[in-house]
Amino acid sequence: MGDTRTVLLVEDEPNIIEAVRFILTRGGFHVATHSDGADAAEAVRVRRPDLVILDVMLPNRSGFDILEDLRGGDDPAAVPILMLTARGQTREREMALRLGATQFMTKPFSNAEMLEAVRALCAAPQGDAP
Amino acid sequence: MLTANFLVGACLAYVALLFVVAFAAERMTAQGRGEWLTGPVIYTLSLSIYCTAWTFYGAVGYAVRSGLEFVTIYLGPTLVLIGWWAVLRKLVRVGRSQRITSIADLISSRYGKSTALGALVTILAVVATTPYIALQLQSVTLSFSVIAGSDSDDPGSISLIVAIGLAVFTIVFGTRNLDVNERHSGIVTAIALEAVVKLVALLAVGLYVVFALGGGPAGIFARIESSPIAEWQVSSGRWIGLTFLSAAAFLCLPRMFQVLVVENRDERHLATAAWAFPAYLLAMSLFVVPIAVVGLGLPGAGDNPDLFVLTVPLSQGEGGLAMLSFLGGFSSATSMVIVAAIALATMMSNHIVVPLWLRSGPQRAMMSGDVRRVVLMARRFSIIGVLALGYLYYRVSGGGAALAAIGLISFVGIVQILPALMGAIFWRGGTRTGAGIGLGLGFALWAWTLFLPSFGAGGILPAGVVAEGPWGIGWLRPEALFGLEGLDPVLHALLWSLLANVAGFVAGSLVSFPAPMERMQGAAMVNVFRSGAALSSWQPSRVDSEDLLIMVQRILGPSEAQAMFQAEAARQGKQGYLPDATPGFVERLEKELSGSVGATTAHAMIAQLTEGSVVSVEELMRVGEETAQIMEYSARLEAQSDELSRTARQLRDANAKLTALSIQKDAFLSQISHELRTPMTSIRSFAEILRDGDGLAPRERARFSGIIHDEAARLTRLLDDLLDLSVLESGQVTLHPASERLDRILDRAVAAAGVEGALRIRRRGAEHVHLVTDPDRLAQVFINIVANARKYAEATTPELTISVRQEGGAVLVDFIDNGDGIPAEAQSLIFEKFSRADNTEAAGGAGLGLAICREIMARLGGSIDYLPGQGGAAFRVRVPLRMAPPRAEAAE
Repeated sequence: MGDTRTVLLVEDEPNIIEAVRFILTRGGFHVATHSDGADAAEAVRVRRPDLVILDVMLPNRSGFDILEDLRGGDDPAAVPILMLTARGQTREREMALRLGATQFMTKPFSNAEMLEAVRALCAAPQGDAP
Repeated sequence: MLTANFLVGACLAYVALLFVVAFAAERMTAQGRGEWLTGPVIYTLSLSIYCTAWTFYGAVGYAVRSGLEFVTIYLGPTLVLIGWWAVLRKLVRVGRSQRITSIADLISSRYGKSTALGALVTILAVVATTPYIALQLQSVTLSFSVIAGSDSDDPGSISLIVAIGLAVFTIVFGTRNLDVNERHSGIVTAIALEAVVKLVALLAVGLYVVFALGGGPAGIFARIESSPIAEWQVSSGRWIGLTFLSAAAFLCLPRMFQVLVVENRDERHLATAAWAFPAYLLAMSLFVVPIAVVGLGLPGAGDNPDLFVLTVPLSQGEGGLAMLSFLGGFSSATSMVIVAAIALATMMSNHIVVPLWLRSGPQRAMMSGDVRRVVLMARRFSIIGVLALGYLYYRVSGGGAALAAIGLISFVGIVQILPALMGAIFWRGGTRTGAGIGLGLGFALWAWTLFLPSFGAGGILPAGVVAEGPWGIGWLRPEALFGLEGLDPVLHALLWSLLANVAGFVAGSLVSFPAPMERMQGAAMVNVFRSGAALSSWQPSRVDSEDLLIMVQRILGPSEAQAMFQAEAARQGKQGYLPDATPGFVERLEKELSGSVGATTAHAMIAQLTEGSVVSVEELMRVGEETAQIMEYSARLEAQSDELSRTARQLRDANAKLTALSIQKDAFLSQISHELRTPMTSIRSFAEILRDGDGLAPRERARFSGIIHDEAARLTRLLDDLLDLSVLESGQVTLHPASERLDRILDRAVAAAGVEGALRIRRRGAEHVHLVTDPDRLAQVFINIVANARKYAEATTPELTISVRQEGGAVLVDFIDNGDGIPAEAQSLIFEKFSRADNTEAAGGAGLGLAICREIMARLGGSIDYLPGQGGAAFRVRVPLRMAPPRAEAAE
């Protein structure tokens, strides 16, 4: 594990951002954040993170739309995506997985659970990792 | 002088003409030709059998003896026909719908198809008609001997020849076949011809008398003026009594019933007869008085005014006219006798002979042999019997009495049927017992007070009985019953007999209980216009249709019966000749048979086959119950189906509402979940960090604790808001109205909003307004708006302007900030739950604030709206100066 993995957190609640950033940073990840749904997909493409943590309820654009956008691209399976939702209904979970989310997590989560999930997703075969 | 031989020859020729006419008419109707033969003209002319020889000859004698009183005999029928709509129409309708064959049949059929009643009416009719037939024979004999002179044979033998001739004619045309409808087109046509002959004859004699003998109308009037006829005083009691009597007799006479009801082919013919027959009667009576006056003044006319019609032309040597007159009288006599004989023979065979024959052995209806032959033979013998009775009466009575007197006696006898007849078609309460008692009493009183005395003192009743009463009991004297003396014998008899008759009928009906069959028939006849279809009576089941076929074949003939059965089978969807003996079919069969053998006989025959000869009350009640149940059931079904569709609609509405509510609820729960989980996520996460984090700096520790605290407070606020909103929405909020000045409420709100320093507030307008409202709730709304302004107004120096003005009974408080305002598309959403005007996470609320404000304002009787076009975000709060007192029950 030479270099630090980058996680892009797309989330609008400042306190949640701070909590996740704290946990993941302490776990050895680099955490970038983005709060607006409108250009989130663009941010993902630009930053090319190792993992995207994507909230469903975002201002201006729904997390599902962003997910669909990302998975509909040239390299749909490239970035693992962890969906976060505060609604926690099975309907949403199914929808997220169908649209191509790698994993689905309901708020509130335990820190250990979050860290573990992020580690597992980042350790997954990346193919042409530099 | 016309010789007897010539007269006999003329009579024979005339009768032969009648035969030909009757035969031709029968042929033509059978072939469906000659529509006029079954039209209203023939119908009207056939009614002229009312004018018998008594009318033809006797009216003149009547006028000589009693002046204009003879008019009453024409007045009664005229009234009945003019008022045909009231009685005749119903009588005809009943007769047709029930296939009535005679007046006895109607009475019997109405009162439970009672054999006894039918027999009673038949006997009454025979007794009352026999003298009348005798009268006709007498008139023919008398007129014969007058024309032929003294060189004639024994007058008795002439009447015998006439009687035999009439019997032959009647048997040939009256009983040739058992017509399904008991109609005799041949006889009716012959009668119509005779009606014309007698009218022409009487008019001819009348015209001759007026113009040849009386010196024209003026001369005749002068003669009338000077004759004793003009001086005759008419007693009004007798006038009314006789008019009533003739009207009633017109309805009750068996022969009149025969032509009026039985031979009627179309109810509409009544409308023609209603004016045409009175006109005929008028023509018949036109010259009665002139003939009487002229006859009285002619020495050669003889001393019997009853024969003036004949003797007046004869005395002037007008042989041809006398001959015509004779034929007119002959026509009058024969037509009456023929129809009366048919009517009586039908009654006798149907109500006496066949019932006796059926009773004489078990299962007679099933015995081999042709019932038709039995019925026809019974009828033929009945005709012979009737004419024989008439002849005997004529011989026994000696023929001396005045003709008119016998006519009236006969009328009073036959009129005894009237109460039962009227009761039959107008009073459902009339019963068999009542009818029997009434008829019996009336009949007995008529016989005692009029009929028996008519044979003359010492005839049948000993002279002592007539003068002193039986066994010397004075108040039982036949002609002064209960001491009622001084009254005309006819009126006396009419009064007492009808009085007793009606009283007996009504009283008997009231105290007796009608049998089921009587109830059914009573309803069918009295309500004949109401129920278009015939009454569907009920027959016990278990009828073998083969037995039925055998029996019907024997009455209607094989081909007709088989056609009927085949048609019925086809209607039921079956092959062959044997349909199921459904109650409806048996009912129809009985009707068909009634037309041939009368209702009583038909019923008795069917009943023999259908086992139970009596419809029991239980059976009837079961039928009634079933009908009632079916009706109730269908009514219930209808109601249910209405209710079902109503319920379905309500269900659909409810379902739509529930679906909408469910969607709302899902969305709401989803929102709640989100709003709760979001702060909980931060709290849990930082709590874990604090729990596990040994190496945390105190600064970090403090900061994380602060976040946990803030988020916990946010949760609390959210829950408070949710509770508040649910209370407001459910209408269970308790308001505390109080009087307060608006400026003070605003002061409190601004202070509580905690915006000092962050938001500059300008206040304009007349705020010193006294309000009666819930000040705390109103302040809550203001706080919300002010706090929103602080949160959302994105300006370098945020400002909020609060301006107040009054409008109507309300005060308007506008809050306008200097921010960017709310986009038009979001303006309609901001008052909805969990809607936030923008994406700023700084809001810190769950998006319930404005929803709560809207609810509060609604409760306070005011409103809150977004005011577009004010630069920044603008809200207008409308508060009523005096809120309505809180309602006792919750709104919504």
